[in-house]
Amino acid sequence: METYDKLIQVKNLKKHYNKGVIKALDGVTLDINKGDVIVIIGPSGSGKSSLLRSLNLLEEPTEGTILFEGVDITKKKDSNGKKLDIDKHRQKMGMVFQHFNLFPHKTILQNMTVAPIKVKGVPQAEAEKKALELLGRVGLADRAGAYPIQLSGGQKQRVAIVRALAMEPDVMLFDEPTSALDPEMVGEVLDVMKKLAKTGMTMVVVTHEMGFAKEVGNRVIFMDEGKILEEGSPDAIFNHPQNPRLKDFLSKVLY
Amino acid sequence: MNFATIGQNIVKLTIKYWDKFLITGMQYTISLAALTVGVGAVIGALIALLRMSRIAPFRWIAAVYTEIIRGTPMLLQLYLFYFALPQLIPFLNKKQYLCVAIALICNSAAYVSEIIRSGIQAVDIGQTEAARSLGMNQSLTMTQIILPQAIKNILPALGNEFIMIIKDTSLASTFFIGDLMTQCLLIKGATYLTMEPLIMVAVIYFVLTFVLTKLLGVFERRLRRGDVR
Repeated sequence: METYDKLIQVKNLKKHYNKGVIKALDGVTLDINKGDVIVIIGPSGSGKSSLLRSLNLLEEPTEGTILFEGVDITKKKDSNGKKLDIDKHRQKMGMVFQHFNLFPHKTILQNMTVAPIKVKGVPQAEAEKKALELLGRVGLADRAGAYPIQLSGGQKQRVAIVRALAMEPDVMLFDEPTSALDPEMVGEVLDVMKKLAKTGMTMVVVTHEMGFAKEVGNRVIFMDEGKILEEGSPDAIFNHPQNPRLKDFLSKVLY
Repeated sequence: MNFATIGQNIVKLTIKYWDKFLITGMQYTISLAALTVGVGAVIGALIALLRMSRIAPFRWIAAVYTEIIRGTPMLLQLYLFYFALPQLIPFLNKKQYLCVAIALICNSAAYVSEIIRSGIQAVDIGQTEAARSLGMNQSLTMTQIILPQAIKNILPALGNEFIMIIKDTSLASTFFIGDLMTQCLLIKGATYLTMEPLIMVAVIYFVLTFVLTKLLGVFERRLRRGDVR
């Protein structure tokens, strides 16, 4: 199999609503390399989530291209007229949501095995073994038979992370994974994400956790009004910000 | 005429006509309602699918159908089907019960389609996003994730529709189909009494729907058990 240094290449991505009146994304260009832990920060409404959700086409961009592992996933058909199988690409992009979105009618184990079994055709026994192993890694092996309703917010989010990992994705997308959590549960989720970053997983994280951005991210991106205004190492962004709006933003979120 | 004689008449009539008229009436009413909701649910599900289709003309057809059915009186629909169907389809000639049943089914299907559609749309959009982000296609997402949750919204509303239809079948008595209301008219014709048969079937209708409502409540609580948020 080919390997791509550049896992995802975003070129001039635009997402407009109301015929261009609202520009959620206004020309974003970004390369995501294998092993990157990219943290996207910015005020609310700056387009961070739109960018993340465009990467696996939960939002359809108005303009621009997204190359994922060499394939332009914004084109419905490739140059040979072959239809794009977006489900195939989504299998390789795990996503974690702000509100967990666990399936309430399924047990934790079923939450984690439904996609591997039904989508990838993994035998049930094998899928369950892998799920239990993943649950063990986040300290929840004993809750495999529980339903999501019986879990705390932090536990739910840890399950959501390993549910995505069960599909063995090449990249993990996190959409404000700790924003809906009680403060005392934020740490346990960030810990799981830190461990994941150490395994070399490529991650794109939209978050308001500046501590996480500093400590775990290798690149930090500051967005406002649908544009990337500044990009750099955590040290450059947090200690030597250039853009006035980034300076203003940091003065409000760092105390 | 006073209340005592009315009461006495009701008791007498009930005993006299119980077997021959009222039991038969109940059988007709319940079977017609069950047939209507049963078949109506299947057709309603299909209409709901059309209504949520990605293909616009399908959505339009379903929307027009639903709006026409909901925007015209049921009695008018019954007349239309009763008189028009046998002319269009010779097979249905002299099959009054079937014509009325088809009219009721077509009516109920429109309402059921709305029940199913709103039941599906009430499931959090995040569920769809989570399923799709795991690589599940649209039909897998529907069958594995959305429908099992939507069913909890749909079943209780479908029960209510059944209760509504039990009452609506009384319109079928316009064509002497044999339902409770028809029996009421027959007793009236045989005895020249008006108020007594009306009160009798009113009580029967009420008991039927009241018991069903209570049963439905138990069923609904059982469905909801364990998913308090």
